[in-house]
Amino acid sequence: MEPLDGNAIAGALYDVYGAEMTTATGRCTVCGAMDQIAELRVYVRAPGMVARCRSCDSVVFVLVEVRGTTHMHDPCFELMP
Amino acid sequence: MAGAALPGRLNWQLGTVTELVVETPRTKSLVLDIPQWRGHRAGQHVDVRLTAEDGYQAQRSYSIASAPEDSHLVLTIERLADGEVSPYLVDVLGPGDELELRGPIGGYFVWEAAADPPLLLLAGGSGVVPFRSMLRHRMAANSNVPMRLVYSSRSLGDVIYRDELLAADHGVDVELVLTREWPEDWSGHRGRIDQKLLRELAWAPDEDPAIYICGPNSFVEVIAAGLVDEGHDPRHIKTERFGPTGN
Amino acid sequence: MSPISRGFLGRRRPVADPSRVPPGQYVTADFPVLSAGPTPHTPLDQWSFTIQGAVDKSASWPWPEFLALPTETVTVDIHCVTKWSKLDTNWKGVSLDTLLAGVDTAAGYLTAFSDGGYTTNLALEDVTDGKAWVAYEYGGEPLEPEHGGPARLLVPHLYFWKSAKWVRGLTLTLQDEPGFWETYGYHNHGDPWLEQRYQGD
Repeated sequence: MEPLDGNAIAGALYDVYGAEMTTATGRCTVCGAMDQIAELRVYVRAPGMVARCRSCDSVVFVLVEVRGTTHMHDPCFELMP
Repeated sequence: MAGAALPGRLNWQLGTVTELVVETPRTKSLVLDIPQWRGHRAGQHVDVRLTAEDGYQAQRSYSIASAPEDSHLVLTIERLADGEVSPYLVDVLGPGDELELRGPIGGYFVWEAAADPPLLLLAGGSGVVPFRSMLRHRMAANSNVPMRLVYSSRSLGDVIYRDELLAADHGVDVELVLTREWPEDWSGHRGRIDQKLLRELAWAPDEDPAIYICGPNSFVEVIAAGLVDEGHDPRHIKTERFGPTGN
Repeated sequence: MSPISRGFLGRRRPVADPSRVPPGQYVTADFPVLSAGPTPHTPLDQWSFTIQGAVDKSASWPWPEFLALPTETVTVDIHCVTKWSKLDTNWKGVSLDTLLAGVDTAAGYLTAFSDGGYTTNLALEDVTDGKAWVAYEYGGEPLEPEHGGPARLLVPHLYFWKSAKWVRGLTLTLQDEPGFWETYGYHNHGDPWLEQRYQGD
Protein backbone atom coordinates (compact mmCIF):
# COMPACT_ATOMS: atom_id res chain seq x y z
CA MET A 1 0.00 0.00 0.00
CA GLU A 2 1.67 3.21 -1.16
CA PRO A 3 1.48 6.00 1.36
CA LEU A 4 0.55 9.54 0.42
CA ASP A 5 1.55 12.59 2.41
CA GLY A 6 -0.02 15.19 4.68
CA ASN A 7 -1.47 17.08 1.71
CA ALA A 8 -3.98 14.23 1.38
CA ILE A 9 -5.43 14.86 4.83
CA ALA A 10 -5.50 18.65 4.66
CA GLY A 11 -9.29 18.61 4.43
CA ALA A 12 -9.70 16.25 7.38
CA LEU A 13 -7.25 18.31 9.46
CA TYR A 14 -9.24 21.41 8.60
CA ASP A 15 -12.28 19.65 10.07
CA VAL A 16 -10.38 19.05 13.31
CA TYR A 17 -8.54 22.34 13.74
CA GLY A 18 -10.68 24.75 11.75
CA ALA A 19 -7.55 25.87 9.94
CA GLU A 20 -5.07 24.94 7.25
CA MET A 21 -2.53 22.65 8.94
CA THR A 22 -0.22 21.28 6.25
CA THR A 23 2.51 23.83 6.92
CA ALA A 24 2.36 23.22 10.68
CA THR A 25 5.26 21.35 12.24
CA GLY A 26 5.27 18.81 15.01
CA ARG A 27 7.81 16.75 16.86
CA CYS A 28 7.70 12.98 16.70
CA THR A 29 7.92 11.99 20.35
CA VAL A 30 9.35 8.60 19.45
CA CYS A 31 12.50 9.70 17.63
CA GLY A 32 12.50 13.47 18.16
CA ALA A 33 12.40 14.38 14.47
CA MET A 34 10.59 17.56 13.47
CA ASP A 35 8.02 16.77 10.80
CA GLN A 36 6.09 19.23 8.70
CA ILE A 37 2.57 17.83 8.47
CA ALA A 38 2.61 17.98 4.67
CA GLU A 39 5.63 15.70 4.68
CA LEU A 40 4.32 12.98 6.97
CA ARG A 41 3.81 9.56 5.46
CA VAL A 42 0.06 9.07 5.41
CA TYR A 43 -2.09 5.99 4.86
CA VAL A 44 -5.46 7.43 3.98
CA ARG A 45 -7.75 4.45 4.10
CA ALA A 46 -6.53 2.35 6.88
CA PRO A 47 -9.72 2.44 7.61
CA GLY A 48 -8.93 5.71 9.37
CA MET A 49 -6.10 8.04 8.35
CA VAL A 50 -2.76 7.10 9.82
CA ALA A 51 0.16 9.56 9.79
CA ARG A 52 3.69 8.24 10.32
CA CYS A 53 6.94 9.99 11.05
CA ARG A 54 9.09 10.26 7.94
CA SER A 55 12.21 9.46 9.93
CA CYS A 56 11.24 6.51 12.12
CA ASP A 57 7.85 5.45 10.65
CA SER A 58 6.14 5.44 14.05
CA VAL A 59 2.46 6.30 14.09
CA VAL A 60 2.35 9.96 15.15
CA PHE A 61 -1.35 10.60 14.80
CA VAL A 62 -4.57 8.97 13.65
CA LEU A 63 -7.70 10.65 12.26
CA VAL A 64 -11.02 8.82 12.44
CA GLU A 65 -14.32 10.14 11.15
CA VAL A 66 -17.12 9.03 13.45
CA ARG A 67 -20.70 9.94 12.58
CA GLY A 68 -19.65 13.00 10.61
CA THR A 69 -17.07 14.35 13.06
CA THR A 70 -13.36 13.92 12.54
CA HIS A 71 -11.46 12.94 15.68
CA MET A 72 -7.73 13.36 16.10
CA HIS A 73 -5.69 11.00 18.23
CA ASP A 74 -2.07 12.08 18.53
CA PRO A 75 -0.18 9.63 20.67
CA CYS A 76 3.29 10.58 19.46
CA PHE A 77 3.08 14.07 18.01
CA GLU A 78 3.74 17.42 19.63
CA LEU A 79 2.38 20.21 17.50
CA MET A 80 4.65 23.23 17.51
CA PRO A 81 2.98 26.58 18.15
CA MET B 1 -28.31 23.91 0.47
CA ALA B 2 -27.07 27.45 1.10
CA GLY B 3 -25.99 28.30 4.60
CA ALA B 4 -23.69 30.77 6.19
CA ALA B 5 -20.13 29.56 6.03
CA LEU B 6 -19.12 28.72 9.55
CA PRO B 7 -15.86 30.30 10.53
CA GLY B 8 -13.06 27.78 10.57
CA ARG B 9 -15.09 25.28 8.58
CA LEU B 10 -14.60 24.16 5.02
CA ASN B 11 -18.10 24.05 3.58
CA TRP B 12 -19.29 21.75 0.85
CA GLN B 13 -20.30 23.71 -2.21
CA LEU B 14 -22.12 22.84 -5.40
CA GLY B 15 -20.59 23.51 -8.76
CA THR B 16 -22.09 23.01 -12.19
CA VAL B 17 -20.17 21.40 -15.00
CA THR B 18 -20.17 23.81 -17.93
CA GLU B 19 -17.82 21.93 -20.19
CA LEU B 20 -15.69 18.82 -20.43
CA VAL B 21 -12.43 18.94 -22.34
CA VAL B 22 -10.74 15.78 -23.54
CA GLU B 23 -7.04 16.19 -22.74
CA THR B 24 -5.76 12.67 -23.46
CA PRO B 25 -7.45 9.28 -23.98
CA ARG B 26 -7.37 8.86 -20.22
CA THR B 27 -7.91 12.38 -18.90
CA LYS B 28 -10.57 15.04 -19.08
CA SER B 29 -10.78 18.52 -17.67
CA LEU B 30 -13.98 19.56 -15.94
CA VAL B 31 -14.80 23.25 -16.27
CA LEU B 32 -16.93 24.27 -13.32
CA ASP B 33 -19.09 27.19 -12.40
CA ILE B 34 -19.18 27.58 -8.61
CA PRO B 35 -21.24 30.53 -7.43
CA GLN B 36 -19.79 30.54 -3.90
CA TRP B 37 -16.16 30.09 -4.90
CA ARG B 38 -13.95 32.58 -3.13
CA GLY B 39 -10.72 32.04 -5.02
CA HIS B 40 -7.66 29.89 -4.52
CA ARG B 41 -3.88 29.82 -4.74
CA ALA B 42 -1.96 27.96 -7.42
CA GLY B 43 -1.20 24.43 -6.21
CA GLN B 44 -4.22 23.96 -3.98
CA HIS B 45 -6.77 21.19 -4.36
CA VAL B 46 -10.41 20.42 -3.73
CA ASP B 47 -12.21 17.44 -2.22
CA VAL B 48 -14.95 16.08 -4.47
CA ARG B 49 -17.82 14.05 -3.02
CA LEU B 50 -20.22 11.82 -4.94
CA THR B 51 -23.49 10.56 -3.52
CA ALA B 52 -25.47 7.66 -5.00
CA GLU B 53 -29.25 7.44 -4.80
CA ASP B 54 -29.06 5.04 -1.87
CA GLY B 55 -26.88 7.45 0.07
CA TYR B 56 -23.56 5.73 -0.61
CA GLN B 57 -20.76 8.30 -0.76
CA ALA B 58 -17.24 8.38 -2.12
CA GLN B 59 -14.77 11.23 -1.77
CA ARG B 60 -11.48 12.04 -3.51
CA SER B 61 -9.06 14.97 -3.75
CA TYR B 62 -8.13 16.64 -7.04
CA SER B 63 -5.64 19.41 -7.72
CA ILE B 64 -6.99 22.60 -9.23
CA ALA B 65 -5.77 22.99 -12.81
CA SER B 66 -6.92 26.58 -13.29
CA ALA B 67 -5.09 29.70 -12.18
CA PRO B 68 -6.60 31.96 -9.51
CA GLU B 69 -7.11 34.51 -12.29
CA ASP B 70 -9.09 32.17 -14.57
CA SER B 71 -12.83 32.65 -14.94
CA HIS B 72 -13.84 29.08 -14.07
CA LEU B 73 -12.49 26.41 -11.76
CA VAL B 74 -10.93 23.57 -13.73
CA LEU B 75 -10.18 20.09 -12.46
CA THR B 76 -8.30 17.57 -14.60
CA ILE B 77 -9.18 13.96 -13.87
CA GLU B 78 -7.30 10.87 -14.93
CA ARG B 79 -9.44 7.76 -15.32
CA LEU B 80 -7.91 5.01 -13.18
CA ALA B 81 -8.60 1.50 -14.51
CA ASP B 82 -9.85 0.23 -11.16
CA GLY B 83 -11.07 3.59 -9.92
CA GLU B 84 -14.39 4.18 -8.29
CA VAL B 85 -14.71 7.95 -8.66
CA SER B 86 -12.55 8.81 -11.66
CA PRO B 87 -14.47 6.68 -14.21
CA TYR B 88 -17.63 8.50 -13.15
CA LEU B 89 -16.08 11.94 -13.50
CA VAL B 90 -14.51 11.17 -16.85
CA ASP B 91 -17.18 8.99 -18.47
CA VAL B 92 -20.54 9.79 -16.90
CA LEU B 93 -20.53 13.40 -15.72
CA GLY B 94 -21.86 15.78 -18.36
CA PRO B 95 -22.49 19.48 -18.90
CA GLY B 96 -25.23 20.72 -16.61
CA ASP B 97 -24.50 18.11 -13.93
CA GLU B 98 -23.76 19.26 -10.42
CA LEU B 99 -20.65 18.34 -8.48
CA GLU B 100 -20.25 18.67 -4.74
CA LEU B 101 -16.84 19.88 -3.63
CA ARG B 102 -15.05 21.75 -0.86
CA GLY B 103 -11.97 23.89 -0.90
CA PRO B 104 -9.61 25.32 -1.69
CA ILE B 105 -7.42 23.13 0.46
CA GLY B 106 -3.69 23.26 1.06
CA GLY B 107 -1.16 25.79 2.24
CA TYR B 108 2.05 23.90 1.73
CA PHE B 109 2.15 22.99 -1.95
CA VAL B 110 1.34 26.49 -3.20
CA TRP B 111 3.18 29.08 -5.25
CA GLU B 112 2.52 32.75 -5.57
CA ALA B 113 3.91 34.87 -8.39
CA ALA B 114 5.28 37.32 -5.85
CA ALA B 115 7.79 34.67 -4.76
CA ASP B 116 11.31 35.35 -5.99
CA PRO B 117 13.28 32.13 -6.50
CA PRO B 118 13.37 30.39 -9.86
CA LEU B 119 10.79 27.66 -9.98
CA LEU B 120 11.70 24.04 -10.74
CA LEU B 121 8.68 21.81 -11.17
CA LEU B 122 8.90 18.03 -11.65
CA ALA B 123 5.76 16.13 -12.58
CA GLY B 124 5.04 12.44 -12.92
CA GLY B 125 1.90 11.67 -14.95
CA SER B 126 -1.14 13.53 -13.65
CA GLY B 127 1.15 15.24 -11.15
CA VAL B 128 1.36 17.99 -13.78
CA VAL B 129 -2.10 19.27 -12.89
CA PRO B 130 -1.18 21.70 -10.05
CA PHE B 131 1.73 22.93 -12.16
CA ARG B 132 -0.66 24.06 -14.90
CA SER B 133 -2.25 26.29 -12.28
CA MET B 134 1.17 27.69 -11.38
CA LEU B 135 2.12 28.22 -15.00
CA ARG B 136 -1.09 30.06 -15.81
CA HIS B 137 -0.82 32.11 -12.63
CA ARG B 138 2.74 33.13 -13.56
CA MET B 139 1.51 34.29 -16.94
CA ALA B 140 -1.56 36.10 -15.60
CA ALA B 141 0.57 37.89 -13.01
CA ASN B 142 3.13 38.91 -15.66
CA SER B 143 5.87 37.30 -13.63
CA ASN B 144 9.40 36.99 -14.98
CA VAL B 145 10.45 34.30 -12.56
CA PRO B 146 12.38 31.61 -14.48
CA MET B 147 10.32 28.43 -14.51
CA ARG B 148 11.27 24.96 -15.63
CA LEU B 149 8.78 22.14 -15.84
CA VAL B 150 10.19 18.62 -16.13
CA TYR B 151 7.23 16.43 -17.04
CA SER B 152 7.48 12.66 -17.19
CA SER B 153 4.79 10.72 -19.07
CA ARG B 154 4.41 7.22 -20.45
CA SER B 155 3.99 8.38 -24.04
CA LEU B 156 3.34 11.48 -26.10
CA GLY B 157 -0.35 10.67 -26.15
CA ASP B 158 -0.39 10.79 -22.35
CA VAL B 159 1.03 14.30 -22.12
CA ILE B 160 -1.72 16.44 -20.65
CA TYR B 161 -1.99 20.07 -21.85
CA ARG B 162 0.57 19.34 -24.54
CA ASP B 163 -0.28 22.25 -26.84
CA GLU B 164 -0.57 24.68 -23.96
CA LEU B 165 2.78 23.61 -22.50
CA LEU B 166 4.64 23.82 -25.78
CA ALA B 167 3.22 27.29 -26.38
CA ALA B 168 4.42 28.56 -23.02
CA ASP B 169 6.29 31.81 -23.26
CA HIS B 170 10.03 32.35 -23.01
CA GLY B 171 11.01 32.25 -19.40
CA VAL B 172 9.16 28.95 -19.10
CA ASP B 173 11.17 25.94 -20.08
CA VAL B 174 9.24 22.70 -20.60
CA GLU B 175 11.19 19.43 -20.71
CA LEU B 176 9.13 16.40 -21.66
CA VAL B 177 10.36 12.97 -20.69
CA LEU B 178 8.64 9.96 -22.27
CA THR B 179 9.24 6.77 -20.37
CA ARG B 180 7.57 3.89 -22.24
CA GLU B 181 7.22 4.85 -25.87
CA TRP B 182 8.15 7.77 -28.07
CA PRO B 183 7.92 8.75 -31.73
CA GLU B 184 10.85 7.75 -33.89
CA ASP B 185 11.81 11.34 -34.41
CA TRP B 186 11.42 12.24 -30.75
CA SER B 187 13.95 14.91 -29.84
CA GLY B 188 12.91 15.08 -26.20
CA HIS B 189 14.12 12.84 -23.39
CA ARG B 190 13.53 9.10 -23.35
CA GLY B 191 13.22 6.58 -20.57
CA ARG B 192 12.72 6.97 -16.85
CA ILE B 193 14.55 9.84 -15.22
CA ASP B 194 17.79 8.53 -13.75
CA GLN B 195 20.39 10.45 -11.79
CA LYS B 196 22.24 11.48 -14.95
CA LEU B 197 19.14 12.84 -16.65
CA LEU B 198 18.04 14.51 -13.43
CA ARG B 199 21.36 16.31 -13.18
CA GLU B 200 20.92 17.47 -16.76
CA LEU B 201 17.33 18.58 -16.32
CA ALA B 202 17.51 20.25 -12.93
CA TRP B 203 19.21 23.56 -12.42
CA ALA B 204 22.44 23.61 -10.45
CA PRO B 205 21.98 23.72 -6.69
CA ASP B 206 23.56 27.17 -6.47
CA GLU B 207 20.65 28.59 -8.49
CA ASP B 208 18.73 27.76 -5.31
CA PRO B 209 15.38 27.15 -6.96
CA ALA B 210 12.09 26.57 -5.21
CA ILE B 211 11.43 22.95 -6.13
CA TYR B 212 8.02 21.27 -6.35
CA ILE B 213 7.61 17.57 -7.11
CA CYS B 214 4.19 16.02 -7.77
CA GLY B 215 3.12 12.57 -8.87
CA PRO B 216 2.86 8.98 -7.67
CA ASN B 217 4.67 8.10 -4.48
CA SER B 218 7.50 6.21 -6.20
CA PHE B 219 8.20 9.09 -8.62
CA VAL B 220 8.27 11.66 -5.84
CA GLU B 221 10.56 9.57 -3.64
CA VAL B 222 13.08 8.90 -6.40
CA ILE B 223 13.17 12.48 -7.70
CA ALA B 224 13.36 14.07 -4.25
CA ALA B 225 16.19 11.76 -3.17
CA GLY B 226 17.94 12.34 -6.48
CA LEU B 227 17.81 16.11 -6.14
CA VAL B 228 19.13 15.97 -2.59
CA ASP B 229 21.96 13.76 -3.88
CA GLU B 230 22.72 16.46 -6.44
CA GLY B 231 23.15 18.93 -3.60
CA HIS B 232 19.77 20.66 -3.55
CA ASP B 233 18.55 21.88 -0.17
CA PRO B 234 15.80 19.54 1.07
CA ARG B 235 14.16 22.51 2.80
CA HIS B 236 13.50 24.02 -0.63
CA ILE B 237 11.84 20.90 -1.95
CA LYS B 238 8.07 20.55 -1.62
CA THR B 239 6.33 17.32 -2.47
CA GLU B 240 2.80 16.20 -3.17
CA ARG B 241 1.98 12.54 -3.68
CA PHE B 242 -1.00 11.30 -5.62
CA GLY B 243 -2.57 7.87 -5.50
CA PRO B 244 -1.04 5.49 -8.03
CA THR B 245 -1.48 6.40 -11.68
CA GLY B 246 -2.91 3.38 -13.44
CA ASN B 247 -0.19 1.25 -14.95
CA MET C 1 -28.22 15.63 2.83
CA SER C 2 -25.87 15.86 -0.13
CA PRO C 3 -27.33 16.22 -3.60
CA ILE C 4 -27.42 13.04 -5.64
CA SER C 5 -24.68 12.65 -8.24
CA ARG C 6 -26.61 11.63 -11.34
CA GLY C 7 -25.67 8.15 -12.48
CA PHE C 8 -23.12 7.43 -9.76
CA LEU C 9 -23.03 3.83 -8.57
CA GLY C 10 -19.52 3.32 -7.26
CA ARG C 11 -18.19 -0.20 -7.20
CA ARG C 12 -21.27 -1.78 -5.69
CA ARG C 13 -22.96 -4.82 -7.13
CA PRO C 14 -26.59 -5.77 -6.69
CA VAL C 15 -27.02 -8.76 -4.39
CA ALA C 16 -29.14 -11.79 -4.99
CA ASP C 17 -29.72 -12.41 -1.29
CA PRO C 18 -29.86 -9.19 0.74
CA SER C 19 -30.12 -11.17 3.98
CA ARG C 20 -26.41 -11.88 3.58
CA VAL C 21 -25.54 -8.19 3.70
CA PRO C 22 -25.26 -6.54 7.13
CA PRO C 23 -26.86 -3.13 7.61
CA GLY C 24 -25.06 -0.24 5.93
CA GLN C 25 -22.87 -2.49 3.80
CA TYR C 26 -22.44 -2.62 0.02
CA VAL C 27 -21.28 -5.69 -1.86
CA THR C 28 -18.16 -5.36 -3.98
CA ALA C 29 -16.52 -7.69 -6.48
CA ASP C 30 -13.09 -6.20 -5.74
CA PHE C 31 -10.92 -6.93 -2.77
CA PRO C 32 -9.93 -3.47 -1.54
CA VAL C 33 -6.60 -3.16 0.23
CA LEU C 34 -6.57 -1.13 3.41
CA SER C 35 -3.46 -0.61 5.47
CA ALA C 36 -2.19 1.51 8.34
CA GLY C 37 1.42 1.09 7.36
CA PRO C 38 3.94 -0.38 4.96
CA THR C 39 3.55 -4.01 3.91
CA PRO C 40 5.92 -6.14 5.97
CA HIS C 41 8.02 -8.75 4.19
CA THR C 42 9.17 -11.26 6.76
CA PRO C 43 11.14 -14.08 5.15
CA LEU C 44 9.49 -17.42 5.81
CA ASP C 45 12.58 -18.80 7.47
CA GLN C 46 12.23 -16.07 10.08
CA TRP C 47 8.46 -16.44 10.49
CA SER C 48 6.76 -18.13 13.39
CA PHE C 49 3.33 -18.11 15.03
CA THR C 50 3.31 -17.88 18.80
CA ILE C 51 0.70 -18.25 21.50
CA GLN C 52 1.88 -16.59 24.68
CA GLY C 53 0.74 -14.56 27.65
CA ALA C 54 -1.61 -15.94 30.30
CA VAL C 55 -0.72 -19.51 29.44
CA ASP C 56 1.06 -22.27 31.32
CA LYS C 57 3.42 -22.78 28.47
CA SER C 58 3.77 -20.71 25.32
CA ALA C 59 3.61 -22.48 21.97
CA SER C 60 5.37 -21.54 18.79
CA TRP C 61 5.36 -22.93 15.25
CA PRO C 62 7.91 -21.98 12.62
CA TRP C 63 6.57 -21.90 9.07
CA PRO C 64 7.19 -25.53 8.02
CA GLU C 65 5.58 -26.82 11.21
CA PHE C 66 2.69 -24.41 10.80
CA LEU C 67 2.03 -25.73 7.29
CA ALA C 68 2.04 -29.26 8.65
CA LEU C 69 -0.87 -28.55 11.01
CA PRO C 70 -4.34 -29.78 10.07
CA THR C 71 -6.05 -27.27 7.80
CA GLU C 72 -9.56 -26.30 6.88
CA THR C 73 -10.85 -24.70 3.72
CA VAL C 74 -13.74 -22.34 4.28
CA THR C 75 -15.96 -20.09 2.20
CA VAL C 76 -17.12 -17.06 4.13
CA ASP C 77 -18.51 -13.56 3.67
CA ILE C 78 -16.32 -10.72 4.92
CA HIS C 79 -17.37 -7.25 6.00
CA CYS C 80 -15.18 -4.16 6.24
CA VAL C 81 -16.06 -1.26 8.50
CA THR C 82 -15.57 1.04 5.50
CA LYS C 83 -18.83 -0.45 4.22
CA TRP C 84 -17.76 -2.96 1.60
CA SER C 85 -18.69 -6.62 1.92
CA LYS C 86 -17.34 -9.45 -0.17
CA LEU C 87 -19.34 -12.64 -0.40
CA ASP C 88 -18.14 -16.20 -0.80
CA THR C 89 -14.45 -15.65 -0.18
CA ASN C 90 -12.41 -18.80 -0.06
CA TRP C 91 -9.62 -19.37 2.46
CA LYS C 92 -7.40 -22.16 3.68
CA GLY C 93 -5.74 -22.12 7.05
CA VAL C 94 -5.44 -23.50 10.52
CA SER C 95 -8.40 -23.23 12.86
CA LEU C 96 -7.80 -21.41 16.11
CA ASP C 97 -9.42 -24.39 17.79
CA THR C 98 -6.47 -26.44 16.54
CA LEU C 99 -3.93 -23.86 17.67
CA LEU C 100 -5.50 -23.42 21.10
CA ALA C 101 -6.11 -27.13 21.64
CA GLY C 102 -2.95 -27.77 23.59
CA VAL C 103 -3.01 -24.44 25.41
CA ASP C 104 -3.80 -24.33 29.10
CA THR C 105 -5.21 -20.96 30.06
CA ALA C 106 -7.62 -19.08 32.29
CA ALA C 107 -7.62 -16.16 29.91
CA GLY C 108 -10.89 -14.92 28.44
CA TYR C 109 -9.33 -12.56 25.93
CA LEU C 110 -6.50 -12.25 23.49
CA THR C 111 -4.58 -9.64 21.59
CA ALA C 112 -3.53 -10.66 18.10
CA PHE C 113 -0.21 -9.08 17.14
CA SER C 114 1.31 -8.61 13.70
CA ASP C 115 4.49 -7.67 11.91
CA GLY C 116 4.56 -3.88 11.66
CA GLY C 117 3.05 -3.43 15.13
CA TYR C 118 -0.67 -3.82 14.47
CA THR C 119 -2.83 -5.31 17.20
CA THR C 120 -6.47 -6.15 17.67
CA ASN C 121 -8.30 -7.61 20.65
CA LEU C 122 -10.83 -10.43 20.74
CA ALA C 123 -12.71 -12.46 23.31
CA LEU C 124 -11.70 -16.11 23.32
CA GLU C 125 -15.31 -17.04 22.65
CA ASP C 126 -15.14 -15.05 19.41
CA VAL C 127 -12.33 -17.19 18.04
CA THR C 128 -13.27 -20.68 19.20
CA ASP C 129 -15.82 -23.26 18.04
CA GLY C 130 -15.12 -22.83 14.36
CA LYS C 131 -15.18 -19.04 14.25
CA ALA C 132 -11.58 -18.16 13.40
CA TRP C 133 -8.52 -19.28 11.47
CA VAL C 134 -4.99 -18.28 10.70
CA ALA C 135 -5.28 -18.29 6.92
CA TYR C 136 -2.41 -18.58 4.45
CA GLU C 137 -4.26 -19.24 1.23
CA TYR C 138 -6.89 -17.10 -0.43
CA GLY C 139 -8.80 -18.23 -3.50
CA GLY C 140 -6.62 -21.31 -3.78
CA GLU C 141 -3.36 -19.32 -3.97
CA PRO C 142 -0.81 -18.33 -1.33
CA LEU C 143 -2.04 -15.21 0.44
CA GLU C 144 -0.47 -12.12 -1.15
CA PRO C 145 1.48 -9.72 1.05
CA GLU C 146 -0.88 -6.80 0.40
CA HIS C 147 -3.76 -8.92 1.72
CA GLY C 148 -1.84 -10.02 4.78
CA GLY C 149 0.41 -12.79 3.54
CA PRO C 150 2.13 -15.01 4.49
CA ALA C 151 -0.67 -15.45 7.04
CA ARG C 152 -3.47 -13.42 8.53
CA LEU C 153 -6.13 -13.90 11.12
CA LEU C 154 -9.56 -14.61 9.71
CA VAL C 155 -12.56 -13.84 11.94
CA PRO C 156 -15.37 -13.35 9.44
CA HIS C 157 -18.23 -12.83 11.87
CA LEU C 158 -16.69 -9.53 12.99
CA TYR C 159 -15.65 -6.46 10.98
CA PHE C 160 -12.53 -7.25 9.01
CA TRP C 161 -10.17 -5.00 11.00
CA LYS C 162 -10.28 -7.82 13.56
CA SER C 163 -8.80 -10.19 10.94
CA ALA C 164 -5.28 -8.96 11.55
CA LYS C 165 -3.01 -9.04 8.51
CA TRP C 166 0.57 -10.30 8.86
CA VAL C 167 -0.39 -11.97 12.14
CA ARG C 168 2.48 -13.45 14.16
CA GLY C 169 0.65 -14.63 17.24
CA LEU C 170 -1.80 -14.20 20.06
CA THR C 171 -1.16 -12.90 23.53
CA LEU C 172 -3.77 -14.36 25.83
CA THR C 173 -4.93 -11.93 28.50
CA LEU C 174 -7.10 -12.01 31.59
CA GLN C 175 -8.43 -8.52 30.83
CA ASP C 176 -9.69 -7.22 27.53
CA GLU C 177 -7.05 -4.83 26.17
CA PRO C 178 -8.05 -2.61 23.25
CA GLY C 179 -5.89 -2.98 20.17
CA PHE C 180 -4.93 -0.39 17.55
CA TRP C 181 -8.29 0.65 16.09
CA GLU C 182 -10.16 -0.05 19.29
CA THR C 183 -7.94 2.54 20.97
CA TYR C 184 -8.67 5.08 18.25
CA GLY C 185 -12.43 5.04 18.44
CA TYR C 186 -13.53 1.89 16.70
CA HIS C 187 -15.89 -0.45 18.51
CA ASN C 188 -14.40 -2.91 20.96
CA HIS C 189 -16.40 -5.87 19.64
CA GLY C 190 -17.24 -5.07 16.01
CA ASP C 191 -20.30 -7.14 15.11
CA PRO C 192 -21.41 -6.07 11.61
CA TRP C 193 -24.96 -7.36 12.17
CA LEU C 194 -25.33 -4.93 15.08
CA GLU C 195 -23.43 -2.27 13.11
CA GLN C 196 -20.83 -1.93 15.86
CA ARG C 197 -18.45 0.28 13.91
CA TYR C 198 -17.45 2.90 16.47
CA GLN C 199 -17.34 3.18 20.24
CA GLY C 200 -20.80 4.04 21.46
CA ASP C 201 -22.59 2.29 18.60
